[in-house]
Amino acid sequence: MDINCFIEAFADLFEETEADAFSPETHFRDLAEWSSLIALSVMSMIDDEYDVQLNASELRQANTIQELFEIVSSKKS
Amino acid sequence: MSNPFSLKGKSIMVTGASSGIGRSIAIECSHMGADIIMVARNQSRLEETLSMMGEGNHVMILTHLEIEEELDNLVENITSLDGVVHCAGIAPHHPFKFVSRSKFEETFAVNFFAPALLSQKLVKKKKMSKPSSIVFISSISGNCIAASASTAYCSSKAAIGGLVKSMAVDLASQGIRVNSISPGAIRTAIFDSGQFSEEDIKAEEQRYLLKRLGKPEDIAYAAIYLLSDASSWTTGSNIVVDGGYTVL
Repeated sequence: MDINCFIEAFADLFEETEADAFSPETHFRDLAEWSSLIALSVMSMIDDEYDVQLNASELRQANTIQELFEIVSSKKS
Repeated sequence: MSNPFSLKGKSIMVTGASSGIGRSIAIECSHMGADIIMVARNQSRLEETLSMMGEGNHVMILTHLEIEEELDNLVENITSLDGVVHCAGIAPHHPFKFVSRSKFEETFAVNFFAPALLSQKLVKKKKMSKPSSIVFISSISGNCIAASASTAYCSSKAAIGGLVKSMAVDLASQGIRVNSISPGAIRTAIFDSGQFSEEDIKAEEQRYLLKRLGKPEDIAYAAIYLLSDASSWTTGSNIVVDGGYTVL
């Protein structure tokens, strides 16, 4: 799994936030555009792209994109 | 004095009887005197339901309702029914951007095709008594309101809304009444599965006029009404049981 591809797919779920706002260290919940619908979109994207089914409490464990990436990677292996 | 809400002597099929609203309907109908045919996929949970039921001649049938041959077998094994309650359902969350043909089909297979075709087969094979009652557990979602990331779910429940009215027209002459119940959010096992935090649930409760989520029994009592002789002049209708959510 490549974190850059992950960030690109993650950023693609946002309509207004510019792509350069996303890095491994981004605290995504602090983004103005973050919402429950985007949270569900993140879970759908991870299911579609990585075939990993994340539930809401697993998503809650991650604060940064890097942390989320690691949760997905660990579930994939 | 006779009780118009009694289900004594009535034979009633309940799908999805292994959990949530379906389980509660099986239990409460048994307390009103009905003999229950419980249909679900999970044997141990069905047995749990059975252990909570009142006396009666109850039967458990394990079936995958989305498989046509299993539906045929199920209907073949039925002698005669005074009522059916379609409770089996799924509520997946897919944002519209991520929905697909297969996700729509998966939802419609359980929420629409299974109850529609089970009803059709029961009627065609003359398994529904005259009079009898068919009840669909629908939802306020898709019929009155919509939740986010629920296009597949809402579409399937809206389809049930049309089905109920049209079936009521077609089946009235055979003495079969067809109605639905549209619940608001019911606190079932789904809420305790980690999908929602305690704060989420508290916030949700505040959106209800009666300041709580529904209990499965709230829906079961409406089902008892629609199955009993008390509702003999009610067909083609939808009863909203939502703690006042949709009036706000």
